[in-house]
Amino acid sequence: MTTESTVPATTAEPLRIGSYELDSRLIIGTGGASNLSVLERALVASGTELTTVAMRRADVDGGTGVLDLLRTLGIRLLPNTAGCRSAAEAVLTAKLAREALGTDLIKLEVHADDRTLLPEPSETLDAAEQLVADGFTVLAYTGDDPVIALRLEEAGCAAVMPLGAPIGTGLGIRNPHNIELIVARAGVPIVLDAGIGTASDAALAMELGCSAVLLSTAVTRAQDPERMAKAMRLAVESGRLAREAGRVPRRFWAQASSPPR
Amino acid sequence: MRVHVNGDLREFRDGSTVAELLTEIGTTRQGVAVALEGEVVQRGRWAEIVVADGARLEILTAVQGG
Repeated sequence: MTTESTVPATTAEPLRIGSYELDSRLIIGTGGASNLSVLERALVASGTELTTVAMRRADVDGGTGVLDLLRTLGIRLLPNTAGCRSAAEAVLTAKLAREALGTDLIKLEVHADDRTLLPEPSETLDAAEQLVADGFTVLAYTGDDPVIALRLEEAGCAAVMPLGAPIGTGLGIRNPHNIELIVARAGVPIVLDAGIGTASDAALAMELGCSAVLLSTAVTRAQDPERMAKAMRLAVESGRLAREAGRVPRRFWAQASSPPR
Repeated sequence: MRVHVNGDLREFRDGSTVAELLTEIGTTRQGVAVALEGEVVQRGRWAEIVVADGARLEILTAVQGG
């Protein structure tokens, strides 16, 4: 005889970012997909409800393919400020994104240089303050520094998004303890952003207490993006359940799991 | 008059508005935003804002990324 489990397949609590509520805790970036049909299958398999787009100069024949796709799928847009090097550039890009797409959501990212694409902390903080004052719902990309993460929350960011490793490296979470420190004193959702290589990295992010995971390369450049998207969806759900379940403490010596003879 | 559109210098009729420039260029209206001299021009004002000779106009749209 089997008994039906009462544990929900996904956790009931929605992800709340500012005034937005999302049932999926997996945010997908659209960069790197070889074509829109591959991207569409991956997005559907991921179950994502929030997906990033970048703002670029419109070329004359420019198609708005990715926008049409996301609208068709009913996925909310998260425009980013990728490519910006200063607070002023990021603020203008955010305002243009709000005007073009009709959303106050913005993924704030200010990169320090092209080789590392690491976030520039002072410009990011400056831009965050300006955007919050202008009414944006700011999700700020940052390093894994617990001090800067706290400053971004104090600046009014709706979510803080520390990296696991530099963008596109797939190196996983290089400093799990810092991510735990950030989570431990955060009052807003912490979204692990950048560095995810495979499903176990996404599960670890959730086990460490992150509220969500944002990834793109790991899915879009995987050999089978659709399959990897499904893996990420399950990993995020598994990691979240494990976090809620409460893991056993780590022990140095063995502890018998069978009764003594 | 000549206007820098996304970095390229282009010729337009004198006294053209932002809306007239967009029509001339053939830019899709959906999902785009315009900055004139580094300031956002709201969609509702495209038809009334006249672009000056030598101005810098940026037209942005959303693409795959992030």
